[in-house]
Amino acid sequence: MLANLLSGDYPRSRILMVILAIIMGILAFGPFLFPGVRAFSMMGMICVFIILVASYDLMLGYTHIVSFAHTMFFGIGAYGVAMATASWGKGFDAVLLGAAGAMVVTVVLALLLGLLSLRVKAIFFALVTLAVAFAFLSLVTQLYPITGGEDGMRVHVPRELGPAFRPLDDTLAGFSLPDAFAALLGNTSWQEVFFEVRITGRTLMYYVAFGASVLVFLFLLRVVNSPFGKVLQAIRENEFRAQALGYNTVLYRTAVVVLSALLACLAGVLFALINRYVNPENTLAFELMVFILLMCVMGGMGTLYGSVIGVTLFLLAQNYLQDLLKLLVEQLPPDSALAHLVGPERWLLWFGLLFVLSVYFFPSGVVGQLRLWAARSPRTSNTPEAVDTDEPRTQYR
Amino acid sequence: MTMDANLKPALRLTGVHANIDQYHILEGVDLVVPKGELTVLLGRNGAGKSTTLRTIMGLTTVKAGQIRFGEQDITGWATPRIARCGIAFVPEHMGVFGQLTVRENLVLAAVSGVMDEGRLAWLLDLFPPLKKFWDRPAGNLSGGQKQMLAIGRAVIEPRELLLIDEPTKGLAPAIINDLADALEQLKAEKVTILLVEQNFAFSRRLGQSVAVMNDGRVVHTGSMADLANDEALQHRLLGLGLGEHQ
Amino acid sequence: MSTVEHTAVRGGALAGAVPAMRRFRDQSPHWFLLLGMMLAALVMMDFTTWLVLTLSGAAMGAMLFLMASGMTLTFGLMNVLNLAHGAFISLGAYAGATVLLFWMNDQASASSVWLNLASVIPALLFAVLVASLIGWVFEKLVIKPVYGDHLKQILVTVGGSIILMQLIEVVWGSNEIPVPRPEAFSGAVVVAGIALEKYRLLSVVLGLLVYALMTWIIERTRVGILIRAGVEDREMVEVQGYRVHLLFLGVFIAGSALAGLGGAMWAMYEELITAHMGDELMISVVVVIILGGLGSIKGCFFGAILVGLINLYVGFLEPRLAAVATVGLMVAVLMWRPQGLIPVIRV
Repeated sequence: MLANLLSGDYPRSRILMVILAIIMGILAFGPFLFPGVRAFSMMGMICVFIILVASYDLMLGYTHIVSFAHTMFFGIGAYGVAMATASWGKGFDAVLLGAAGAMVVTVVLALLLGLLSLRVKAIFFALVTLAVAFAFLSLVTQLYPITGGEDGMRVHVPRELGPAFRPLDDTLAGFSLPDAFAALLGNTSWQEVFFEVRITGRTLMYYVAFGASVLVFLFLLRVVNSPFGKVLQAIRENEFRAQALGYNTVLYRTAVVVLSALLACLAGVLFALINRYVNPENTLAFELMVFILLMCVMGGMGTLYGSVIGVTLFLLAQNYLQDLLKLLVEQLPPDSALAHLVGPERWLLWFGLLFVLSVYFFPSGVVGQLRLWAARSPRTSNTPEAVDTDEPRTQYR
Repeated sequence: MTMDANLKPALRLTGVHANIDQYHILEGVDLVVPKGELTVLLGRNGAGKSTTLRTIMGLTTVKAGQIRFGEQDITGWATPRIARCGIAFVPEHMGVFGQLTVRENLVLAAVSGVMDEGRLAWLLDLFPPLKKFWDRPAGNLSGGQKQMLAIGRAVIEPRELLLIDEPTKGLAPAIINDLADALEQLKAEKVTILLVEQNFAFSRRLGQSVAVMNDGRVVHTGSMADLANDEALQHRLLGLGLGEHQ
Repeated sequence: MSTVEHTAVRGGALAGAVPAMRRFRDQSPHWFLLLGMMLAALVMMDFTTWLVLTLSGAAMGAMLFLMASGMTLTFGLMNVLNLAHGAFISLGAYAGATVLLFWMNDQASASSVWLNLASVIPALLFAVLVASLIGWVFEKLVIKPVYGDHLKQILVTVGGSIILMQLIEVVWGSNEIPVPRPEAFSGAVVVAGIALEKYRLLSVVLGLLVYALMTWIIERTRVGILIRAGVEDREMVEVQGYRVHLLFLGVFIAGSALAGLGGAMWAMYEELITAHMGDELMISVVVVIILGGLGSIKGCFFGAILVGLINLYVGFLEPRLAAVATVGLMVAVLMWRPQGLIPVIRV
């Protein structure tokens, strides 16, 4: 059953399995474990970004195609829904129509990009997508009457998915993890650990995103372990050989680009619905693209599980590393050089450094490293998967 | 045997192993190139001849074994350093810079920075087409002319050892003849040459000593005269490869 | 057959022009596109506007050329794709601004040409110095470990770019900094009733000078021969006894220095700098080097001028479409010539 669900592609590391189970458990029961708004919205983002980053990994990790246009497709999905609901009102028909329109645009653009630059040189694709994504960003920013320009757009979410919708009359009981932790330390009383959870449309929307995330993840696991996925990896390892074996590599790569773009578009649709506000900065910015790259690489390229780890790590860092740095900087003399270096607004500096170091020393990311340890440790080496581990790959060409 | 015990070898490979990616190409090559002679390295496709030359040049990493050039142990040296101690390499694809003119190709090859006029005149005499196309891009030359430029580049300054990989490949018989004449001249100058060849007639004409490779090892060494006169040995060592490539 | 004869009979002189045109298009695609674009723009606007826009476009192109030439050369020579190149542009801008605003502000704000020059020239030199020093460190620490591995290059240079831009913010703060242009370079000169901005004229002259210098180095000097040979076949350059890595290090430093110079010029042009200005300019730089053909200096120059011109022309006709037109130009050229205008041929 589990083998079937995961397409026989296990985490292959005990620690990794435990971490994944914890993440999965927290996401599944999230609204009942964290009372705050911040945690709730972050969990929603994790679900959306798992789709976004896992689909990116399909290109980057499994086929070694570097694209900078992933956010463009994400933005197309998000703006598709935003624009459709702005014109046709807050109904499911508008959402579906917007999503469908966005998908069509996505397929056309992805095909164009693939045919334009995949036939030349792999490196061209990175540069061409960079330029095209920028042109798209500038277009969205400039076309104020349609897109709201820099100001962005409010998304008119169907009532059933909004905060005003109350499917249940009663509240449900929640068990607050942070408060339980505090109570364990004796800082709060155990009474405060339980809290009331009111189920609203937003809770429903969260579960839609969560469900979609799980489904897409399992789907991608199936894809990469299918014959199609094996061809992709063959192309990654040695394009000439794959060609010599009779595979039309341009066709395969284009297919990957289109599939990946479609999933990014889907992530955009979900993002619009869950965030209820889209603007160029939160959907299209180059910085966001870089973040996707960071998440994918640090989690572990070419291991879909890596995207889950990468997304969780990155969003945690983005949300809480700043708090940590703030604590740290309060210990330092104010306005000293060191205080500037570790100030909360400098979290990206440290993350960038961590990223570069991880490319050098752990090129296969967290997941690759965990698997390596697992394969080395005698306890797990009797399982065949652990022995014929094909990670980490340190040579990409 | 041409190998004179008193004569110091120019180059000596001892148990050299080398890989290309995951493929083990050289599996313990032992080879001695006598000083001042032309040694031909024979063997069928994939025997490891080209890899041997590339390994001497430092273009393929030595996994085990030792390469000595004269008195020096050059194992593991970087390619430029190997080149600077007097080894020139003409690869199978000739490696002529097609975007550069013939002149510029030669200017680069003169590592000291200046071309010796006398030597240049000698070279242009040896390979007249180079003079004719002096300021043309080398990419426009014919195959034979490119080969002349490649060899000319290797000898524009005096070198102690020339490594030449299949110079006759894809050339017309008349041009091969010219090339052989030129190599004869170099031989007369007492330049040590290690030549990889598939063309046995060409090798027989030029070679003094010979080494035969098979499956990443040297399986026979001796004088070219001995091999040329012993048809049974030829058949045993080279039976497959030669006829097809002549 | 019959259609050809038909046109020949009817067209007369024109019939000879068409094949000549086609030959021109195939042999000098860069001139063909440049002249074609200028002509097309001339049809769409009056002459004075056209002239002013052409000058401005050429000025922008000249600065883009400075910024892009280093990136295209490092790619051509060492097959290294440095996506942190934009950070060096920012770095140059901030270094230049530091001199103008803090160290030599008196000279910069004086109203004497010589005093102004005495601040602008050190500003440009300091930008070059800082960018080349950081370039040297960057090459050693970030680029060298990932030679020959495009994917890792993209990753570490993106990461390196983040780090550099963050460090810029650490040193200079995260707010935009206004950089007033010294008086001698503000304003315009009037030639035949047409006002031409001084600073733009200066940029064009500087860009042409650098282009001429680079062309001279590459075409005429021994180092240039080495660079061209290295672009074509790195391994054979080593076989000749040259250490390509040293050559590459030099080119990388020079490229970073040029990016810094371009950034400092741009700072005075825009009169406002942010740490992320390099990211925005990187897009144009990328379009330029793709247009020109990765690794080609001449292509880079023409690509830069083309991008500058189309930006200004389209910016005048429909400002909102300038960026789209730039990328559209790139897409069109790629469809026409997949390797760019002047591809570097590897034999």
